[in-house]
Amino acid sequence: MEWLIQVLNSVQYGLLLFLVASGLTLIFGIMGVINLAHGSFYMIGAYLAFALVERIGNLWVALPVGIALAAALGLMIEWLLISRLYRRDHLHQVLLTFGLILVFEELRSILLGDDVHSVPVPALLSASLPLTDTLSYPVYRLFISAVCLALAAAMYATIQKTRLGARIRAAASNPEMAQSLGLDIRWIHALVFASGVALAAFAGMIAAPVSSVFPGMGNQVLIVCFVVVVIGGIGSLKGALVAALLIGFCDTFGKVLFPEFAGVAVYLLMAAVLLFRPAGLFGRA
Amino acid sequence: MRARVVFVLIAVVLLAAFPMVAEKFYLQLVTKIMILSIFALSLDVLVGYTGLVSLGHAAYFGVAAYSLALLAPSDNAANVWVTLPLALAASAAAALVIGALVVRTAGVYFIMVTLAFAQMVYYFFHDTRVAGGSDGIYVNERPQTFIPGLDLANDAHFYYAVLMLLVLVFALLAAMLRSPFGRALQGIKANERRMRALGYATLRYKLAAFVIAGTLAGLAGYLTAAKEGYVNPEMLAWHQSGTVLMMLILGGMGTLIGAVLGTFTYVLVQEWFSGITRHWQLLMGAFIIAVVLVLPQGLAGLARARARRSPAPRPPGDANE
Amino acid sequence: MSEPLLRADELSRRFGGLVAVDRVSLSLSRGEIHALIGPNGAGKSTLANLLSGELKPTSGSIRLGESDVTGWSADRIARQGVARTFQHTNVFPAFSAFENCRLAAQARATGLPGMLRDADRHEEWNSVAHAALAATGLASRETILAGVLAHGERRGLEIAMALATAPSVLLLDEPLAGMGPEDVAGVIALLRGLRERHAMLLIEHDMDAVFALADRLTVMANGRVLASGAPEAIRANAEVQHAYLGTLDDVLP
Repeated sequence: MEWLIQVLNSVQYGLLLFLVASGLTLIFGIMGVINLAHGSFYMIGAYLAFALVERIGNLWVALPVGIALAAALGLMIEWLLISRLYRRDHLHQVLLTFGLILVFEELRSILLGDDVHSVPVPALLSASLPLTDTLSYPVYRLFISAVCLALAAAMYATIQKTRLGARIRAAASNPEMAQSLGLDIRWIHALVFASGVALAAFAGMIAAPVSSVFPGMGNQVLIVCFVVVVIGGIGSLKGALVAALLIGFCDTFGKVLFPEFAGVAVYLLMAAVLLFRPAGLFGRA
Repeated sequence: MRARVVFVLIAVVLLAAFPMVAEKFYLQLVTKIMILSIFALSLDVLVGYTGLVSLGHAAYFGVAAYSLALLAPSDNAANVWVTLPLALAASAAAALVIGALVVRTAGVYFIMVTLAFAQMVYYFFHDTRVAGGSDGIYVNERPQTFIPGLDLANDAHFYYAVLMLLVLVFALLAAMLRSPFGRALQGIKANERRMRALGYATLRYKLAAFVIAGTLAGLAGYLTAAKEGYVNPEMLAWHQSGTVLMMLILGGMGTLIGAVLGTFTYVLVQEWFSGITRHWQLLMGAFIIAVVLVLPQGLAGLARARARRSPAPRPPGDANE
Repeated sequence: MSEPLLRADELSRRFGGLVAVDRVSLSLSRGEIHALIGPNGAGKSTLANLLSGELKPTSGSIRLGESDVTGWSADRIARQGVARTFQHTNVFPAFSAFENCRLAAQARATGLPGMLRDADRHEEWNSVAHAALAATGLASRETILAGVLAHGERRGLEIAMALATAPSVLLLDEPLAGMGPEDVAGVIALLRGLRERHAMLLIEHDMDAVFALADRLTVMANGRVLASGAPEAIRANAEVQHAYLGTLDDVLP
């Protein structure tokens, strides 16, 4: 039964990664912006969970408040900074968002300090499912997987089935034409960016009770998300989902089987994909 | 062109005279800046001249640094003539293996993939016990050349050795960029598809540029390990890669002088900020954002804009230099 | 006519459901200008991209001299003697006209030692570049940045760059596009002079130029070859008249 636990952990980690990476890949696919600060929003989400739960005492109340704050932050950042980066060199996007990371990290340090924190699992979901006499699995981790899956389905439905989704797809494939059709690109960009930020922050918030809250967590997740996007193919949600799950398994089982080299394993996976499919599994060559 | 040569010569003379007047702190600071200038110059080969935005350049810097740390005997000084070639070879080998994979990608992929592979190297040194894990390891004594009269443990001697290497790297790159090879790199930056249609095997050129850049980054890493006396994974962390990219853009990429100028400015601004507050990273982040928004072409771009406004006519055909 | 230098057999290229080039066969021989005409979207540029190796064919084969070059990379085919110009001007704007040509001339160089010497000291490449510029009437414009050359001059520079690679096959994608009448006359004279020593494919919309230059003519529509043969025979071909040249009646001389 030990392996079942590892499989469940792999899926949970993979789905959580997908949530963060989907924002990254959508922002690039639709807006053409490479956003290094995306990991910071995950970090901000986790710290928000910590700070809000400490004050409010309840993750269920903290979640909507945190999402609203993150979306507002996203709108502000898009309006103030990111909107100046469209059509600019990727190099400038990289540097500006790199500067943003320094700002976010330092603000976090000033406001909340550099300590590692933990967030309690909500009482409602604190139980464990017994698997055998000695092994059990925490319900909260199953909850994370379920929420991520539901969000993935909702995202897919929004983009493929709704009028808003059609507009977003039009804006991604041909901004000029979409503009001439009367779609307000600026509004769509702001919406996509804010949603990406909210998704990343949400992922950080629900992950907080299982992963602990620590200063470098944003950058750690960012780089793994890059690997997800590279393996999956840029701009592809399906690719991001498959790649995130692959990485979830690779990392979880790597840690069990070769503890010293687990950190390297996902990058070797990426190298293998690059060798055979330089544009990623679902990327257009 | 002539003004540029005069400018470089004056800068070298000033740097050569500096140890005669400087206190120990400033001597060490400028030594550090000159080493980082070599690092920035190496990245300029990729970003400024070949158009490859690498966000993982610190990996090659760190590999050479770790090579010195691992090769150095614990109780006496390492031999430069043995350890330096080996360290550079290690960086070159890492750049060759990673480069062979990454030059197949382009644009934003290239950025993400270089970063990811650098992170792999980071985790290798961070997670394994090969070289002290997250604590890093010490280089107990500075390496020596065993040339009579030259003692690299002496800060002034070390300063001059670094200055000499900086001048050497600068001259080497200036010559390379004027060579057919260098022109081909610039052609690839401008229009890779056209270069292929002309018959250039562009992947090989990009790989060669990647290895040259990685090796020179290794030189900077070796010198840093020698100067600081210790090595840790942060040397090849991605902050380091982002920082050197920032130095480059600050000076204005695609010019060698810009790379050096950008490094001096960046480090001095950083020193100034860290004197003001413990939270200097906040100021640094704001500074970076401001530079990207206000000065996207860097200091060299500023100088070019001034030159354009001045009435002196320039001969056509000179503007691309 | 001599043995063909470049020969495409049953070449096809699909993009998803669209067949951009459909079983096209065609050959180019030294001393012959083979013109390719057809409406926009007929697949002419895609065919040029297939012949130059920028696109891989879905099926079919390409032979260059004695070798089968199907699936070779663009740079390898170029080093093998196939040069092309692009429909949209594709020069290096920040380099002088001369440097553009020298870059082309040195493309076939191999070996690091030579590559690391000062570019100005390579007499051989320099003279090739000078000759290419002289041939295209740009000798007096050598030091001008390509980005500030007049449109017609830039089109000429494209051809000069192709010549500087010392090719045996020239693929010219609308070399006259956007040129004034005087420039057109110059390019026609230039291409005539190049005919003897090169095998040429000329994609062009200017029918006067096509009929002035072509030794052979292939008409494409919807990815297929509609007709191929001597220019006079094509002009008389009723099917072509209907399917394509109908729209060109008023343009034809």
